[in-house]
Amino acid sequence: MQKKTAYSFPDEILEHVFSFIQSDKDRNAASVVCKSWYEIERWCRRKVFVGNCYAVSPTMVIRRFPDIRSIELKGKPHFADFNLVPDGWGGYVLPWISKMAGAYPWLEEIRLKRMVVTDESLELVAKSFTNLQVLVLFSCEGFSTDGLAAIAAGCKNLRELDLRDSEVDDLSGHWLNHFPDTYTSLVSLNISCLGSDDVSFSALERLVGRCPNLRRLLLNREVPLDKIANLLSRAPQLIEFGTGTYAAELRSDVYSNLVEAFCNCKELKSLSGFWDAVPAYLPVIYSVCSRLTSLNLSYAPIQNPDLTKLVSQCPSLQRMLVLDYIEDSGLEVLASSCKDLQELRVFPSDPFGEEPNVSLTEKGLVAVSSGCPKLQSVLYFCRQMSNAALVTIAQNCPNFTRFRLCLLDPKIADYRTLQPLDVGFGAIVEHCKDLRRLSLSGLLTDCVFEYIGMHAKKLEMLSVAFAGESDLALHHVLSGCESLRKLEIMNCPFGDKALLANAAKLETMRSLWMSSCSVSLGACKMLGQKMPRLNIEVMDEKGPPDSRAESDPVDKLYIYRSVAGPRFDMPPFVWTMDEDFASELS
Amino acid sequence: MENSVAYEKATELRLGLPGIDEPAVLSSVKNNKRPLHDEKSGENGKSAQNETAPPSKAQIVGWPPVQSYRKNNFQQAKKSESECGGIYVKVSMDGAPYLRKIDLKVYKGYPELLQVLENMFKFTIGEYSEREGYKGSDYEPTYEDKDGDWMLVGDVPWEMFITSCKRLRIMKGSEARGLSCSGV
Repeated sequence: MQKKTAYSFPDEILEHVFSFIQSDKDRNAASVVCKSWYEIERWCRRKVFVGNCYAVSPTMVIRRFPDIRSIELKGKPHFADFNLVPDGWGGYVLPWISKMAGAYPWLEEIRLKRMVVTDESLELVAKSFTNLQVLVLFSCEGFSTDGLAAIAAGCKNLRELDLRDSEVDDLSGHWLNHFPDTYTSLVSLNISCLGSDDVSFSALERLVGRCPNLRRLLLNREVPLDKIANLLSRAPQLIEFGTGTYAAELRSDVYSNLVEAFCNCKELKSLSGFWDAVPAYLPVIYSVCSRLTSLNLSYAPIQNPDLTKLVSQCPSLQRMLVLDYIEDSGLEVLASSCKDLQELRVFPSDPFGEEPNVSLTEKGLVAVSSGCPKLQSVLYFCRQMSNAALVTIAQNCPNFTRFRLCLLDPKIADYRTLQPLDVGFGAIVEHCKDLRRLSLSGLLTDCVFEYIGMHAKKLEMLSVAFAGESDLALHHVLSGCESLRKLEIMNCPFGDKALLANAAKLETMRSLWMSSCSVSLGACKMLGQKMPRLNIEVMDEKGPPDSRAESDPVDKLYIYRSVAGPRFDMPPFVWTMDEDFASELS
Repeated sequence: MENSVAYEKATELRLGLPGIDEPAVLSSVKNNKRPLHDEKSGENGKSAQNETAPPSKAQIVGWPPVQSYRKNNFQQAKKSESECGGIYVKVSMDGAPYLRKIDLKVYKGYPELLQVLENMFKFTIGEYSEREGYKGSDYEPTYEDKDGDWMLVGDVPWEMFITSCKRLRIMKGSEARGLSCSGV
């Protein structure tokens, strides 16, 4: 055992103290105090978060933390959401599941984001982790309902199954039948991404009926409106509910059943779904509206005045997701009705249309920023913006933690002054000292990056597109943003200089993505040779990089720190730049 | 000047990679929002007018940053309103790890449909005869009809087929032969 000094505590006491330390950051800090703390801490750590599945290997994780009960893994870069990462790139979970199967038989929670999950992996999960309680597959792909059937059949202690935004091959709705009749522990089920025409509705009804602790149920689009009432009557204890398609012919019996069903859900606080919603059926939820803290209408093609009328009935809203059908007028109503609003997301109903189809401008966002003092998180798609508006928003909301503005025309200037939007975004970073996430758009010069480098000291994630004029911009960000973890850039004139000058910074970040920029192959090679703890991955579907000149720009570049070395599961269009790169290709 | 060179590079038209739906063509700047000015203004005022603007706005890969399930969801709704006729069915093939979806309304008859299936899954369908089904290949195209029965593609008139077909499955081997022998 370790040598104990007169001043040390027995291990058991330290372990007990550590059990109160939950955050990874604090645990990591405690583990480097001294060797004995490192040892004690690693044996009693129960939760691991791996932000990049290639930053470390499963073997290394298992070696350090022998008794994990909860694991979270993330795979593909964020820009994969927008089709910038070709199929086959990677992010396979099977190697992790295989290794953990033997090492963590008591694993309770698996959370995966943007990973490739096969039926084989799911079958292995079901077989190996009999105590699994939580399975979250967030934006994953590669599996079918057969894999889900294995989970349903095998995980007797499952509480939470959440498939949000995943791409699932629907082979049969009958996977729900694989939950045994004795299974009653479901608390949260999110199948909203499933497209199957035949989600066995009777199996779903029976499942819902026999799980008294079910609190969260998000259905998929295929569940018709006239089946909802029956389902809700079996689960009046729901806190969060997502409808299926919200369109049907107006029938008084269906209508009144729905009214009654929603009325009986006394604890309902969050609603979503509403695909294809028709205004006629909106009033059925009025009884719930005053209690709603979260409302997701971002799939509902409802327009004003129905939309605004609905919103005005929800004074307790904290989280609102909606299409731009809400328009400035609706946002003004939101601003005056919903004083607890913390998060607002406004999505475009016609993202590729040339002309605006709705009257949603910067004015709506200004109104909300002015009327909602608790506003912290914004995602806003619109077609015009001004520096003045951004300055006002920044002054109104110094508490912003996330600000993502997407102007549909990527290089549009301030519509009033025709200036770049540098000053506006500069105001955002200057006033919002706790800003952790920022997405820029519009016409932007190197100036805005200077502001960001100067002020955005807590910024962790920055997304940039079609902005800046020179490497100086990138240099400002890399040298100034002390807390930067993730940087993703598309279509900007950034080249080698800033990258090479700030190479060391890249080791302090999780990852850097650059696509359609001006980083040369030569610079990538140099980084690869000089920085062994970074994986420099060049992606190019046109052919191997060595067939081009050193000065040619690479198409896509993904750089991430790793203690696991280069990966070996790359598809033919990804190359790792390391010392061996040159010799590998001969 | 280095700045303008870098700028030119950024605005240079880039063709999309094979396999990606839309070419990555830089969109034209909306002319009614900005005047043409070449001189520097204020700080580093940059004219954005020096790129060649394509006549109409093409879609840029990755922009606007809207996730595909949102785009798909909404487009499906729009389609069903305006078109009211797209008949989308899933197509699977025994042994292939992926599913596809096709719109039966697009095809005029069986020969066209079978051609598309052959191209999609890279295989050949045999010769069809009413009596013996598909001969000359290991694969047979089948479909599930409204009653849940599995039928051989081609046994009923085309119009009846497209209204009753729920999904397609390209069966392989003995299972396939079983269907054709039993007939309809």
